[in-house]
Amino acid sequence: MSAAGMNAGGSKAGSLIGKSMPRLEDKALLRGTARFIDDINLPGMLHVAFLRSGFAHARIERIDCAAARALPGVHAVLTLDDLKPLLTTPYLVVALPSPHFKLDLHRPALADGEVRHVGEPIAAVVADSRYIAEDALALIEVDYDPLPAVADCRAALQPGADLSHADQPHNLVAELRTEFGDIEQAFAKAAHISRADLWVHRGGGHSMECRGDVAIYDDVQDHLTLYSSTQAPHAAMQQLAKILGRPETGLRVITPDVGGGFGPKLIFYPEDVVVSCAALLLKRPVKWVEDRRENFIATTQERDQYWSMEIAVDDQARILGLRGEMLHDHGAYTARGLNVAYGSAHTVVMPYEVPAYDLNIKLAVTNKVPVTPVRGAGQPQGAFAMERLLDVVAQEMGLDRAEVRRRNLVRAEDMPRSKPIVTRGGIDVVLDSGDLPAAQADVLRAADWDGFKARQRAALAEGRYIGLGLANFVEATGRGPFEPATVRVDITGRISVMTGAAAMGQSTKSMLAQLVADQLGVSMQQIEAITGDTARIALGIGGFNSRQTVMAGSSAHLAAKAIREKMIKIVGHRFNAVEEELAVADGRVFVANDPERGMSFGEIAQAVAGLPGYVLPPGVSAGLEATEYFTQDAMAYTNGAAVAEVEVDVETGDVRVHRLILSHDCGQQINPMIVDGQLMGGIAHGLGNALFERMGFDDQAQPVTTNYGEYLLVGAGEMPEVSLLHRSSPTPLNPLGLKGVGEAGVIPTPAAIASAIEDALSPFGVRICQAPIAPQEILSLIEAARQNADANPAPLAAGMR
Amino acid sequence: MSETRSISLTVNGRAVAADVEVRLTLADFLRQNLRLTGTHLGCEHGVCGACTILLDGRSARSCLMLAVQANGHAITTVEGLAPNAEQMHPLQIAFQEQHALQCGFCTPGMLTTLTELLRDNPDPSAAQVREAISGNLCRCTGYNSIVDATLQAAKKLREGVPG
Repeated sequence: MSAAGMNAGGSKAGSLIGKSMPRLEDKALLRGTARFIDDINLPGMLHVAFLRSGFAHARIERIDCAAARALPGVHAVLTLDDLKPLLTTPYLVVALPSPHFKLDLHRPALADGEVRHVGEPIAAVVADSRYIAEDALALIEVDYDPLPAVADCRAALQPGADLSHADQPHNLVAELRTEFGDIEQAFAKAAHISRADLWVHRGGGHSMECRGDVAIYDDVQDHLTLYSSTQAPHAAMQQLAKILGRPETGLRVITPDVGGGFGPKLIFYPEDVVVSCAALLLKRPVKWVEDRRENFIATTQERDQYWSMEIAVDDQARILGLRGEMLHDHGAYTARGLNVAYGSAHTVVMPYEVPAYDLNIKLAVTNKVPVTPVRGAGQPQGAFAMERLLDVVAQEMGLDRAEVRRRNLVRAEDMPRSKPIVTRGGIDVVLDSGDLPAAQADVLRAADWDGFKARQRAALAEGRYIGLGLANFVEATGRGPFEPATVRVDITGRISVMTGAAAMGQSTKSMLAQLVADQLGVSMQQIEAITGDTARIALGIGGFNSRQTVMAGSSAHLAAKAIREKMIKIVGHRFNAVEEELAVADGRVFVANDPERGMSFGEIAQAVAGLPGYVLPPGVSAGLEATEYFTQDAMAYTNGAAVAEVEVDVETGDVRVHRLILSHDCGQQINPMIVDGQLMGGIAHGLGNALFERMGFDDQAQPVTTNYGEYLLVGAGEMPEVSLLHRSSPTPLNPLGLKGVGEAGVIPTPAAIASAIEDALSPFGVRICQAPIAPQEILSLIEAARQNADANPAPLAAGMR
Repeated sequence: MSETRSISLTVNGRAVAADVEVRLTLADFLRQNLRLTGTHLGCEHGVCGACTILLDGRSARSCLMLAVQANGHAITTVEGLAPNAEQMHPLQIAFQEQHALQCGFCTPGMLTTLTELLRDNPDPSAAQVREAISGNLCRCTGYNSIVDATLQAAKKLREGVPG
C-alpha cells in the first residue's frame, strides 16, 4: 500500500465505505430543531388555502370571489384569469417524452373552466393566516354544471364511454406494446399454459409530511426563491422558468428538510406555480402547506392496474412465453408520463429467462387524481403479475413453487444478461451483475422452506392455517444520465459537498459526507453536505428511481478523489516530495515520515485561491474545488428474493404476517445501517400494499378514503419479524460498484404475501388474484370455495401438496 | 376577528402567557406563537401521532386540542426532552444508534409517546412498545428499529446511565 493511500489512523481511502456510521441528519431531527417547509416563518408572510373541486367532473359556469375578497385579512383571491398575465402558458407541460401518447393532458395551474377530478384547485385565497384563508374559501361561490364522471379505468375504454375530458375525443391516453421473440410459436409448442386475471392497486405515497411551498419575491433583485418540499428542485426551477418566462438566474428553488417523499413529491404541481405567482403579485412571502385531506385528493397516487396474462411453459415448466393485456389507470392529467406502466411491463421479465413476450398496455384517462410513481413505480405490480403466474404454473403442474422459479431464474454464470428490451429512454436493458438463484436459495434456507410442509400440516391439525410465499425481484436503479456533485475546501479548511440530489429522509447528506470523508481522511462531521439547492450547483435531476447514491454518490466520490489528488500535487511540489511519500490525515497533507513537512487543507486552499500578481503552483488550476458529472446511462439492477410466512384466520379473514425474509444485493454498500433502514421501510410499504392500503372512490369518482381512519397504513403492531440477508455483486457500471436500494423492499413483498395467503388457504383451493386483499374478500373466497366443494367434493384437498 | 382569551401555561418548564384566538389549536400555538416547530402536523385529525405532546405528563394530540384548553397545564414538547444543549435524552441517543428515524417527521411524536411509556413502565416488552406506538404512524422505518431503540433506552434508563 502506498503512503498516498493513507488516511487518518493509518487507514487508506476506501476504509469508510461499507461501515455503519451515525447520520449527520439525526441530531436536529431528534431535538426538534430541523427545518421542514412548515417551520419556515418570515416577517410579513401570507398564507394560502385552495378552493378545490368537490366534483370529479364538471363545467365551471361562474366563480364569484367578491365576498371572499371583502373578508378582512384577505389579500387576494386568485383564479386562473388572475394568473394568466404572469404565465407564458396556463398549463404545466411536464410529461416525459414518449411517442406513444395519443392525448396531451396538461394540467392547468388553476381550473380552466372544467374540473376533472375531485381536489383539482380552482382558486387560491391569500390571507394573513391560514385560518382566515380557509374562512374565505367558504365565501367563494362556484356554479358547477356536473358532467358524467369516469370512475373506473375499465369503463373508460368501453365503447360509448363517457369522456373524462369533455374536449377530448376518447379516454385512451396511450397504448404501449412490449414484445420480443416469437410469441405465437411459444404458445403453439407449450406443454402447459396457465392464466391469471389480476387487479393490482397501490395507494398514495403518504409521506408523513404533506407537500408545501414558501415563495419569496425580492423586487430589488427581481428574484424569486421557492422553498419547496420537492424531490426534484432543479426540475421545479426549470419548470418555473418556463411557465413564468423568467431566466433561471432569477429563480432559486431550495428544499428544506423534507418529511418523506416516496414519489409524489417529485412531481411539479399547480400549487407550486400558484404560490410563486402569489408572491410575485403581492410582493410578500407566501406559504402554503398541504393538509392531509388535500394530500388524499390532490397529491398524485399510483392506483389501479388490471392484468390479463397467460404463460406458456414446456413440460419441465421452463418459460416459453408470456402474453397478455394490462389496463392502467392514468388519472385525469399527465403529471409525469407513461413511466409507471412502462416500469411494470419490464419488471415482469427481469428476473427470469423469458424467450418471448407480448404485453399490450392501455392507459385510460379517469376523473381521478393523476397517477405518477409511488415508491416502486410500477415494479411491485409487474412482480406481482409474474410471481402470481409462476404460482399458478406450479400448482397446475404439481411442482414446488420454488423449483419452478429456480428452473427459470437468470443464472449467475450468464451475467451480464442482456434483455431484448430498452428503457423508456431507449437504453439497452442489461442485468449487469448478481446471483438470483443464490438469493432465492438464501431465503429458502432461512425460511426452512423444505421443512415447512410438516409445520403446516401440524398447524392445520390444530385448526391453524399457515402459509409460506416466495417472490423474486429485480429493481431498476440509478436512473441516469447524471447527478453532479461539487466538493470544495475553503481557505479555513472547511469542506463542503453540494449536489442537485434532494434529501427527503433517505440519509443523502450522510451518504455524501461518508464518501467525501473517506477520500479526505476526515470525520463525516467535518463535512457540510448541501442538497437540493439550485443556487449551489447548476444542474440536478433529483431523488427518485433509487438513483441518488448511485449517481450523486459516484460524482461525490470522484470529486473528492480529484480534490485529494490536487492537494497531494500541491504539497508534493511545496516539499519536493513524490506522491508515494505523502499522507492525508487530520485535515492535513504531509510527508508521512516527517509530518512537520506538510500543509493544512486551509493552507492548501489558500495556495490556489490566488494572490494578485503571484503565480499558482505549477501544473494545477485555480481553486480547491472539483465538480463531477459522473454519467451512467445504463441502469444498475439490484436483485433479491423474499419469503413471507402468514397465518390466516379463516373465521375472520384476518391475515397476520409472522415473518418476512428478504435477500438483497445492491452491490457495494456504503452504510449498511442505512441500507437496512431503506429495506425495512420498503417492506412496511409492501405490507400495506398487500393487505391494507386502498384508495377508494365511489361510482362518481368521489374519494371515499380521505383520512387515516379510512385509509389504513401499516402500524407498529402489523410489522412482522424481519430478517435481512445480503449479497454483494458490485456493478461494473460505476467506480464503487453501487446499486440503489430505496425501492427494493416494496417490490417483492405484496407478491410474497399473496403467495403465502394462497398457500395457507390451500385446503380450500382459493386463488389470490389481487393486492390489496381485505379480510372480507378472503372470507368471500373461502365461502365460494366451500360452496364449490359442496357441489364438487373431490378436488378439495388438491391444494395441499 | 374571532374571540380571544388570555391563557397561561408552562411549556418545557418555562411559564408562558398569551392572548390567543379561541379557535387556535394547541399545535398551532406551539408552532406559530412559540416557534416550537419540533411538534409536527401530519394529519390534523388525530391519527398519525406526529403532533403528540405531553400534557401534565400524559401524551396528547396537540392537533385535537385548542390552545385555550391548555390553560393552567404543563406541556412538554420534543424540544423539552433533552437535559441540555450538549446532552440528549437516552431515547434520542438510542434512536440515533438504532437508525430509528429517517425523515424524522414522525420522530417528535414517537419520542414524546415513548417518554411517557418508559416513565410508566421502565421495563416494557417489545409487544408493549408496539402497543404504545400503535397510534403513531411512520412511513420510513418499518417501526422495528424504533422498538429496538426503545428497549435499548429503557435498559440505559434502568441502569441509571445518563444517555
